Amino acid sequence: MNYFELFEIPQRFDVDIAELSNRYRELQKTVHPDKFANAGEQQKLLAISKTAQVNDGYQTLKDPIRRAEHMLLLRGVDIDNESTTMKDSGFLMQQLEWREALAELRDSDNIDADIAALEAEFTQYRQQLLDNLSKQLVDTQASSAMLAADQVRKLKFMAKLQDELTRIQDAMYD
Amino acid sequence: MAYSEKVIDHYENPRNVGTFDKNDPSVVTGMVGAPACGDVMKLQLKINDNGIIEDAKFKTYGCGSAIASSSLVTEWVKGKSVEEAAAIKNTDIAEELALPPVKIHCSILAEDAIKAALEEYKSKQQK
Repeated sequence: MNYFELFEIPQRFDVDIAELSNRYRELQKTVHPDKFANAGEQQKLLAISKTAQVNDGYQTLKDPIRRAEHMLLLRGVDIDNESTTMKDSGFLMQQLEWREALAELRDSDNIDADIAALEAEFTQYRQQLLDNLSKQLVDTQASSAMLAADQVRKLKFMAKLQDELTRIQDAMYD
Repeated sequence: MAYSEKVIDHYENPRNVGTFDKNDPSVVTGMVGAPACGDVMKLQLKINDNGIIEDAKFKTYGCGSAIASSSLVTEWVKGKSVEEAAAIKNTDIAEELALPPVKIHCSILAEDAIKAALEEYKSKQQK
């Protein structure tokens, strides 16, 4: 299933989120199970499975990591739920340092400033990965797909860092 | 999901947590990560001139199974030769800790950490 075709939007990484959301609402209306209240069993089931597909497509295209994974899958590169080990030691060392910095936040004298500084670093690094990804996904060569897959893996580590930071912030204000 | 007693023991009392001086020529480092869950694992081995692992330390950010797997590995490799350490399989780790199927990747990560550290050892030997 190509979700870009389902939503009738251009198949590229830089998605217009407003356009995607509009298409989502339109599609939802056409397949909503309520519309098939008086229809036969088979049509009802079909409407339910279509709705699930539209929802899944929307969640996939809305999220940059899942969108990139979907684009790679359409090119035959499946990295969702892979169990490959990443061995880029420079990148991993940076991850470890950031995780240590998160762990040290609780002893910080100026936690708000430290959180803001870390968040700015994460955002900058993440944006760099997204920019690389956007370029690499335009290129149709197989080697570019491999590079793009690597950016997606790194983005997953960044998402984990962001989750951890959010968890710390939530705990602070509880 | 319930963790086995051994996982909980290693998680609550992790063995050999820490860092060696990376400028020590007898120290090699294996850095690995799992993109699917964002786990990061650093394993350091102190290897003497006879190729025997004298000491090991780890630092892992991840779930209980990932911490337990790396903690267990530091215990196992101590006193072993480089060849013996290279023979440690993820299945041995998973079996010892009674890891459920969804956590097998944590034991794979620990095996890969040993391999990555030993790769650095080999490249240092060739110099």
